[in-house]
Amino acid sequence: MAVYEQTYKRYAGKLTPDWSRFLIIPRHAYESIFSSKLFTAFFVICFVPLLLEAILIYLHHNFTALTIFQASIKDLLPIDNSFFRAFTYVEGIFAFFLALLIGPPLVARDLRNNALPLYLCRPFSRTEYVMGKMSVILILLSAITWIPQLLLFLFQSYLEGFAWFRANLWIASAIFIGNVVWILLLALLTQTISALVKWRVVASGLLLAIFIIPSAFAEIINLMFQTRWGSLLSLNALMYSVTSGLFGLFDRVSGTIAIRDFDDNVVREITLVEPPLWCSWAALFVVCAICLALLSWKVKAYEVVK
Amino acid sequence: MALPASVPEELIKSQTAYTEPPVIDLHGLSVSFGRRQILKNLRGDLRGKAIGLLGPNGAGKTTLIHTLLGFHPPSAGTAQIFGLDVTNDAKQIKSLIGYMPERDSFIAKMNAVHFVRLMGELSGLPPEAALERAHEALFYVGLGEARYRRLETYSLGMKQLAKLAQAIVHGPKLIFLDEPTNGLDPPARLRMIKLIREIRDSGQAHILLSSHLLLDVEECCDEILILRDGQIAVYCNLEEERKSNRKFLMLETRGDQERFVQALAKLGCEYAVSGHRLKIVLQEGIEVRDLYRLADQEQVQIRRLSYKRDSLEDIFLKAMENGYGRL
Repeated sequence: MAVYEQTYKRYAGKLTPDWSRFLIIPRHAYESIFSSKLFTAFFVICFVPLLLEAILIYLHHNFTALTIFQASIKDLLPIDNSFFRAFTYVEGIFAFFLALLIGPPLVARDLRNNALPLYLCRPFSRTEYVMGKMSVILILLSAITWIPQLLLFLFQSYLEGFAWFRANLWIASAIFIGNVVWILLLALLTQTISALVKWRVVASGLLLAIFIIPSAFAEIINLMFQTRWGSLLSLNALMYSVTSGLFGLFDRVSGTIAIRDFDDNVVREITLVEPPLWCSWAALFVVCAICLALLSWKVKAYEVVK
Repeated sequence: MALPASVPEELIKSQTAYTEPPVIDLHGLSVSFGRRQILKNLRGDLRGKAIGLLGPNGAGKTTLIHTLLGFHPPSAGTAQIFGLDVTNDAKQIKSLIGYMPERDSFIAKMNAVHFVRLMGELSGLPPEAALERAHEALFYVGLGEARYRRLETYSLGMKQLAKLAQAIVHGPKLIFLDEPTNGLDPPARLRMIKLIREIRDSGQAHILLSSHLLLDVEECCDEILILRDGQIAVYCNLEEERKSNRKFLMLETRGDQERFVQALAKLGCEYAVSGHRLKIVLQEGIEVRDLYRLADQEQVQIRRLSYKRDSLEDIFLKAMENGYGRL
């Protein structure tokens, strides 16, 4: 079917392997995403905390630099599980805003323009479509979360020595699992909302609401019933518990509440006990399962009216 | 088994044509949406170069195409495309198919080259080949000059052509065209019909053309399937129909038409009356001169007499009036 021949000809060349086709979607999506200078600038800003993390690690092992800054090693954060957890948390926030920027229009735009039949009439399944759309977010968020953090972990291991690496290998797994769970949750939530709501602004608002409203509701329940079980409704609290658990910082007793009489005497003390970790994992699993079910319901070539 | 050299080439061609699996083979295909049965026990094999799918709105044309594309699972029976089962071999089938949907379908914020190239890549073409064929497909359908324009800025006719380009970019063996001339002005419609005929005549792809415009189907197709209420109302091989030389006579008469018609019935002719006009199918052994003799006997004037082939419109209207079956 050469331009000059102007005739219809079948394609007889080599085909790409089936397994790699879902990656076509992120490749084309990035062309359009990075055409926005504002987005590119924000993406670069996402690396600033990582740069700070790298500088802190470097300073820990460079006494000359410490002398120049007139600081002692005690003034710096210790490089341990808390250190990596803190930066995981910070990058998690950046990841959230990045997902908020790129996630909502991904499926919504296709639904609005009836593009799904065009994808699904090809040797390209619904699963591949969802995987492709999710990988737009997963790849980009991986680039600012677990990949650089693991590289920094290796950087610290290089400077500290093999003994430190061997003793703290579990931190690397915590960095990987904690970040992957977070970005997977973000990817699933944004895609589900995108499939349910066709308007970008509404979808972005809904994503924010999903994190804010249940968290507020959870706090109200916790205060009313003097418990911590309400936290199971808050995605923020669930992720906090899960990552704390992974980094070995989870403590079930999160505080006490003193009940006082009118004379301000302590009548009773209530110990606030966080739900067990498995409950947080189970709650996250339920959220993900609901998202997958909704995606499976919405991502269809045509909606059937029964 | 080698065939003797004396066997005529046409015979070899016709025999090999039937040893190949049919383009579309329907085995009691039924499709239901909830309690609503949309397609009911469709049976038959279609082998044409260009197959027309006709029927009034709601007859099940689009549902049949969607089922063949694997969008809806059959509730009973099955269908095969080139011998591959639509349920079990869906992925293989989709690599052989191109689909031009009825509704406006495109990917936003893309120019035509980017859009068609993406569609090519999703069909399995490597990026370089997809880009090359995207340019070729757009030139082929006549969007060469507008290929770098965003799809949102296209007119309806241009969008239809872009949809055709994405359907043919990977060079499929079978192309489903769902109402390709919808909303097109006459020149754009003619251009679309010309393209469809060119693809058909290239011999490189089969076409399944769904339309409610009889003229489109008549101009492009050699085989038709008329659906009514989810059932096959008529299957007709237009090519054979044209070749069979089954001619109608159109008569315009004055006089006692009733007696003339009764006399025709006695002769065994099939007829249809519409005012002063009579449509007659001559039985074997009956000549036109017999009609003049009959008219003379019944004192009826024959003012006009012309031969008329059974048009697709006649076939369609008959299918809508009568029962189901093969014409």
